[in-house]
Amino acid sequence: MSAKGWRELPPGAVILDAGNARELRTGTWRTTSRPVWEEENCSQCLLCWLYCPDMAVIVKDGKMVGIDYDYCKGCGICALECPGKKGRKAITMEEERK
Amino acid sequence: MARVAAVTGNEAVAEALRQINPDVCAAYPITPQTELMQRFAAFVSNGKVDTELILVESEHSAMSACIGAAAAGGRVATATCGPGLALMWEMLYVASGMRLPIVMAVVNRSLSAPLNIHGDHSDAMGARDSGWIQLWSENAQEAYDNTIQAFRIAENMNIRLPAMVCMDGFIISHSIGRIEYLEDEPVRSFVGEYQPLNPLLDLDNPKSYGPLILTDQYHEYKRAQHEVMTRVKDVVLAVAAEFEKVSGRRYGLFESYRLDDAEIGLVILNSAAGTAKDVVDSFRERGIRAGLLKPRLFRPFPYEEVAQALKGLKAVAVLDRADSFGGYGPVFMEVCSALYPLAERPVVINKIYGLGGRDFLPQHAEEVLAELEEIARTGKVRVAKEYIGVRE
Repeated sequence: MSAKGWRELPPGAVILDAGNARELRTGTWRTTSRPVWEEENCSQCLLCWLYCPDMAVIVKDGKMVGIDYDYCKGCGICALECPGKKGRKAITMEEERK
Repeated sequence: MARVAAVTGNEAVAEALRQINPDVCAAYPITPQTELMQRFAAFVSNGKVDTELILVESEHSAMSACIGAAAAGGRVATATCGPGLALMWEMLYVASGMRLPIVMAVVNRSLSAPLNIHGDHSDAMGARDSGWIQLWSENAQEAYDNTIQAFRIAENMNIRLPAMVCMDGFIISHSIGRIEYLEDEPVRSFVGEYQPLNPLLDLDNPKSYGPLILTDQYHEYKRAQHEVMTRVKDVVLAVAAEFEKVSGRRYGLFESYRLDDAEIGLVILNSAAGTAKDVVDSFRERGIRAGLLKPRLFRPFPYEEVAQALKGLKAVAVLDRADSFGGYGPVFMEVCSALYPLAERPVVINKIYGLGGRDFLPQHAEEVLAELEEIARTGKVRVAKEYIGVRE
């Protein structure tokens, strides 16, 4: 989003473009680690989707299919809550790579 | 045409609100505003208006509910005074920052401590930087007329700012005076159908009010807010010209009373201006060229126009019914700012009077005018700021 001059602003700072929060890629806030999803350990319980404080767990047709790194801030709640399968977590935190 | 009645200031403003029939009113009772909302609540209960009256638990909530209703797309009115206005302080800035044209009657009252319920301008003066338009009223007639005009000014599509209409607590709010009401139909057609701007209830066009705006854009929003205030003067005059056609009563940015050839003059707000005008007349009868300026639009302050009106005088006293402790009275500071750019300007002194409802008597105006005569003659100022009508 480009910064606007004072003459171009909508009165009262009203946001007329509904849902424009998606333009802010909060994934850039991630610093130390990122969640990594292993499909074979996933029971499709969707606890990760439920607990994600953003909307970074991608669900298609009722199934978890991956993580949206454009919006994941790397908080690690999904990895903490993930029950996994047979003692192996489907989401684990890995060190953020450059 | 006109309906003549003997009513209190509170009753007059309640009648204006009945005729305007706002969509929403959220208010909390506080002396001396209580009677105003009590009368309006009776109109609601008796089906005289369609207004949704929201009873809330505080003035902070009252203004919050007004903000929500105005953002939703309704015409909104409320009323408060003194400590109630002080409690609204945070939300006043939200209303103006969101550019919501809420109209609020402010029945001017002192601030605690010590606790006092009487007429004093400390409340509205404390809110003068909040981005609200301020219209001040000498009597019930002006409070009624200003209330009707305030809706048109606030709701102007080039303005969209909240406006407060001030009148003196008890002195005007509770005193019965003669008033000429307009009929309902002319008032309704004068204020017109409410035109919302970016209403939240326009569900086909979803939007957000109240975003977080940090260092990259906040400064620009405040610059834009300043700009819109510079447009208010012209709208106030245009609305006043239209109102004159309906009512026969003329309003400007301020009232000039016998100022044209004056050598000495008083600047004074609201009810005390009535008393002071009588004293100006008695000085004129003695051949002394005295005059008076009574501000009506205090925010935005019409600096150039006030300077033009006062520039020919030799000495001016600004009388404030509020103090800025450790500073000068608020009206004095504005008048000095207005006059300072002039190469030749009158000597200006500041008197603080009538705090907490202390009577402003003709003798006070006489003493101040006599002091101005002395200053005009000698050019010597005894004291720049002084309390008058105070026991030593």
